[in-house]
Amino acid sequence: MRPAIFLLGVFLAAGSCSPDKPSNTEEYPDASGKSAPEANLSDPTKGIGEVKEVKLHSPLEQDRIKRGLSIYEMKCQPCHKLDETRVVGPGWKGVTQRRRPEWIMNMVTNVDVMLEKDTEAQKLLELCLTRMPNQNVSLGDARDVLEFMRSNDGEK
Amino acid sequence: MLIPCALWLAVAGCKPQTPAQVATGDAAAKVYVAPGKYDEFYNFVSGGFNGQMTVYGIPSGRLFKTIPVFSTFPENGYGYSEESKPMLNTSHGFIPWDDLHHPALSTTNGEHDGRWAFGNANNTPRVARIDLKTFTTAEIIELPNSGGNHSSPFITENTEYVVAGTRFSVPVGDNADVPISSYKKNFRGTISFIKVDPSSGRLSINFQLVTPAVDFDLARAGKGPSHGWFFFSCYNTERAYTLLEVNATQKDKDFIMAVNWKKAEEYIAQGQGKKVKARYAHNVMDEKTHMATSEILNEVLELDPVQLKDVVYFIPCPKSPHGCDTDPTGEYIVASGKLAALIPVFSFTKIQQAIAAKDFEGDFAGIPVIKYESALYGEVKKPGLGPLHTEFDDKGNAYTSFFVSSEIVKWNVKSLEVLDRVPTYYSIGHLCVPGGPTRKPHGKYVIAYNKITKDRYLPTGPELTQSAQLYSIDGDKMQLLLDFPTVGEPHYAEAIPASLVMPNSTKIYRIEENQHPYAAKGEKEAKVERKGNEIHIYMTAIRSHLTPDNIEGVRVGDDVYFHVTNLEQDWDVPHGLAVKGAANAEILIMPGETQTLKWKPLTSGVFPFYCTDFCSALHQEMQGYIRVSPAGSNVPLKFSTGKVEPETTTGK
Repeated sequence: MRPAIFLLGVFLAAGSCSPDKPSNTEEYPDASGKSAPEANLSDPTKGIGEVKEVKLHSPLEQDRIKRGLSIYEMKCQPCHKLDETRVVGPGWKGVTQRRRPEWIMNMVTNVDVMLEKDTEAQKLLELCLTRMPNQNVSLGDARDVLEFMRSNDGEK
Repeated sequence: MLIPCALWLAVAGCKPQTPAQVATGDAAAKVYVAPGKYDEFYNFVSGGFNGQMTVYGIPSGRLFKTIPVFSTFPENGYGYSEESKPMLNTSHGFIPWDDLHHPALSTTNGEHDGRWAFGNANNTPRVARIDLKTFTTAEIIELPNSGGNHSSPFITENTEYVVAGTRFSVPVGDNADVPISSYKKNFRGTISFIKVDPSSGRLSINFQLVTPAVDFDLARAGKGPSHGWFFFSCYNTERAYTLLEVNATQKDKDFIMAVNWKKAEEYIAQGQGKKVKARYAHNVMDEKTHMATSEILNEVLELDPVQLKDVVYFIPCPKSPHGCDTDPTGEYIVASGKLAALIPVFSFTKIQQAIAAKDFEGDFAGIPVIKYESALYGEVKKPGLGPLHTEFDDKGNAYTSFFVSSEIVKWNVKSLEVLDRVPTYYSIGHLCVPGGPTRKPHGKYVIAYNKITKDRYLPTGPELTQSAQLYSIDGDKMQLLLDFPTVGEPHYAEAIPASLVMPNSTKIYRIEENQHPYAAKGEKEAKVERKGNEIHIYMTAIRSHLTPDNIEGVRVGDDVYFHVTNLEQDWDVPHGLAVKGAANAEILIMPGETQTLKWKPLTSGVFPFYCTDFCSALHQEMQGYIRVSPAGSNVPLKFSTGKVEPETTTGK
């Protein structure tokens, strides 16, 4: 296995720009304790869960990237490297090009239902053979992680 | 003792019935909890000599959990991890094994509130508080001036106090080195009133009542109209200090001791009582740091009821009373003389009238003794042999256990009439009706905790599991539904509706809130540090690897601390850690928690370590190596995970 390559320096150096966004709690109220939401039947590429529509901003929201990085380091990094290397789970390089933002956030926040019902998630389980754990990430935190992923994929 | 035999045998039939006769057709359906369905009640059962508390489901009798309280527990590292060791500290040092007799569940307005369970250490006197969110022991306080903490723990209606009475009277004060024969002069009983902080649950000894030397056995608080009073059974009023079997069973009557604790509080508010030296430990588990601390305290407030009038009264009670139980209305106090052929029922109203009228037969060591008849509501005549404990239903009935005649007897509190009796298998001690000691019993079941098992299960050599029996009590007749095995030796148990506990159950510890000083909140924080001869490994665990998993630069003579943080945030995904040769065995780490295994390697070599809790398909891959070099070696300290070095050919 190759040693993981960290790109932190690169994207942290990216230019800052004050984000224009509502607070996390308003945009994504904490859904913990609610019953598992039903499939997003209109568009299966969005996955299954609370997240129906994600509004992306350009340029990237720097505050979110910083928060997303610290959540990544606490809850995701043991299994996901930032390059293409698969360790326990797939490397994150290119994930925002492969997956819709809604799919990513649903996978992070509603993983048990996704592994049960979403065909793309099931393919990943067959590949990795370890169920992605529920890391108790709130919707707001998942949005921050998504922004960090976009940054990791070279978006500005 | 022999006289009533013939009489009750005539009532009950010559011999207890066989099991086949008593378990009827629909019993199985009444205890069947279908796969995936939940039990209606949690049953918190003392472990007796194993020092633990176990949690069962009722009506199924399934065992869910062992909560270690006063004993180390290899299953989850309690008493082995560095974090939990202080919980078992006492003024006598670390004690790995004690004897837990009585759970008590917290109440508000006399009804279960599902917050805490309390339990007593009988041998080295202590009281523990168990948090019912996490099902873990949160706090333990030691009781000075006590020996055999049996009359404990019993709680007041709003959990204002947890009360603990000493079984043995002991020398109290600075000089405990006195002749045993000076019992009457130097020995005293004590009742500790442990204050419970209403929001945090934090325990502190508010005061100790110092009483004449007797043995305290069991107790109950008043409730409703009798709230503010406490009732204790006392035996050995002969004040014997040898061969109690004979010398403490001479008198026809011992005592129920009635304590007006609100009056005691008034005296304290006036500045009465005196602070005396005492040495006792107070241990608290911090849920945020996941660490326990132990503090030795040095003082306790003593109240002397001989000096401070109107706090304590004795009521004569036949004979060697054991259980002392107040009914749901708070008006009736049922006292069970182990050697008595009747059950006296005292009236709180009559006790108050007798005190007002000074209707005393004299005093005992300076404490007024109320006349038996003046306090008595009535007697249950010839109920059985060896009455021990009484619980209540919601229809005005009482259920008393009879050790000698191996049965539960149902009787009506108002009419004092015996209504029904069922055999138990064998020699019942305590019994439990869900909510039975509260103002709101759930009169659906009674559970017998038996002292003798004999032929109830497949034999397992000389040592047998303990037998419990579940009976339905919602009809006129009690019906045996189920035998279920229990561990240790259950004494008392309480049962509480699952709906009061289940919604609050903690699923994970939030990693963001982990304040353990050696936590690694993410693999980025995983590291190894040397401080003199201490090696601190900040290790993380997540399916399916440990970080770091290659460690070198440890030397013989080092103290190695594995501080393992479980990074999982998913319910029911603990990880474990075991290191070859670790004298301390293993630890188990809940999601979001940090736990520490201390290891002192005695020889050089490469030692494997691994996760002990099957966690994923790649659990067998969750492993690592730690290299230990001889003392004085200059192998540099290094650590890694997933790093493959150019193959080293040196070193051998």
